[in-house]
Amino acid sequence: MYAFDIERPETIAEAVAALGGEAQALGGGQTLIPTLKARLASPDKLVSLSSISEMQGIRLEGRDLWIGGATVHADVANDGTYAALSDLAAHIGDPAVRNRGTIGGSIANNDPAACYPAAALGSGATIVTNTREIAADDFFQGMFDTALNEEEIITAVKFPIPEVANYQKFVQPASRFALVGVFVAKYADGVRVAVTGASNEGVHRWSAAEDALSSNFSAGALDGLSVPSGNMIADLHGSPDYRAHLVKVMTGRAVAQAS
Amino acid sequence: MTNVTMTINGKAVSGEVEGNTLLSSFLRDDQRLTGTHIGCDTSQCGACLVHVNGRAVKSCTMFAAEADGAEVATIEGQANADGSLNVIQQAFQDHHGLQCGFCTPGMVMTTAALLKDNPKPTEAEVRAYLEGNICRCTGYHNIVKAIMAASGQDVSAIAAE
Ligand SMILES: Cc1cc2nc3c(=O)[nH]c(=O)nc-3n(C[C@H](O)[C@H](O)[C@H](O)COP(=O)(O)OP(=O)(O)OC[C@H]3O[C@@H](n4cnc5c(N)ncnc54)[C@H](O)[C@@H]3O)c2cc1C
Ligand code: FES
Ligand code: FES
Repeated sequence: MYAFDIERPETIAEAVAALGGEAQALGGGQTLIPTLKARLASPDKLVSLSSISEMQGIRLEGRDLWIGGATVHADVANDGTYAALSDLAAHIGDPAVRNRGTIGGSIANNDPAACYPAAALGSGATIVTNTREIAADDFFQGMFDTALNEEEIITAVKFPIPEVANYQKFVQPASRFALVGVFVAKYADGVRVAVTGASNEGVHRWSAAEDALSSNFSAGALDGLSVPSGNMIADLHGSPDYRAHLVKVMTGRAVAQAS
Repeated sequence: MTNVTMTINGKAVSGEVEGNTLLSSFLRDDQRLTGTHIGCDTSQCGACLVHVNGRAVKSCTMFAAEADGAEVATIEGQANADGSLNVIQQAFQDHHGLQCGFCTPGMVMTTAALLKDNPKPTEAEVRAYLEGNICRCTGYHNIVKAIMAASGQDVSAIAAE
């Protein structure tokens, strides 16, 4: 690792003041520390967000589940208010990763195979930052790319709680990230389907499935649909056609198990 | 350099660290607690697993500065007060849950974290909890068996030496 200092502010305002220049936010470090070890990043300062109490915790706000941006995966897994979301969090990485990794870090990173981006997009969540609120539909802008500006931090994520939902992850056997993951959520005004792991565009919605499931919420409603493979990721774990096929299979399983 | 103070295995310690000093380096190089092992560079193997404020974490993927003020538990604090092996360690020995022993400190600390939350796990729960601990030698069966035995369950029906 290159040299850097660490600051541990206790308020959002102090964290924002400490960012700027070559400084970088540190969430749980479960992605950033391996990146630093590989010398793929060279911040001169890390601003740790883990001592900021106003970015911690989980609570109901009206019909939304509010989750502080520095809340670790294990806490979301144990919460259970939004069952499909807790189940997703319970299957990220391993217990030690879940004790450190945060929802804000996962969503800010927007790894094309990460789980939380699928939940945020599939739930039509709102990403709250120190300056504004961003709809998930506007937030995710392709692999590792988001609407965040430099020095902007995710302070919370608000999830509207659906009638039923489910996340199905087909595990990539080496990394245990999603080779393909599909989050399905049914709301009074329609169904949302978000796909992670599959596409060169990163997390995205499958609108044809949303239309079919909004009029008939059953796995059979997907029968006539096919997923175009043109933009799917090709790597040693799966071809574009294989990933396209998995998207449909995983969507069907998520619908069948939604609760 | 900043000064950090923490409790390690019940003992208050302090030391000077750089921003980029990992907790694992602080434990091994500064505190000479070399039972915490480093098996990878990618946060995947779990050989470095310790408890920070009661939670299992990979000490190679946390900075020492972030543990300032924390309670840390490592493998060195696991044996009984008289120096004999604790229940988990003894079960690993009894059931041949180790060969070279490199992964074992992480396995024992992971087991301690699991049994604290879930004193009688099923075999499937044990295997799922070991997701982040890699062993190159044993093939895991005897580790699973040792963990089941450490939880006081009958392991006579569990597959295989
Ligand atoms: C072995 C292993 C297995 C894993 N498996 C999975 C998996 O199955 N599914 C999955 O989804 N993920 C997985 N992960 C990734 C894990 O979920 C990370 O915790 C997560 O991607 C990053 O969160 P973090 O809090 O650790 O962020 P960090 O590593 O601290 O930061 C990641 C990036 O986000 C920025 N950042 C952090 N917090 C904020 C914030 N609040 N606002 C703005 N920017 C911020 C940082 O500057 C950095 O650029 C795995 C990781 C490991 C090591
Ligand atoms: S050394 Fe920490 S996970 Fe491998
Ligand atoms: S006993 Fe050798 S790595 Fe596990």
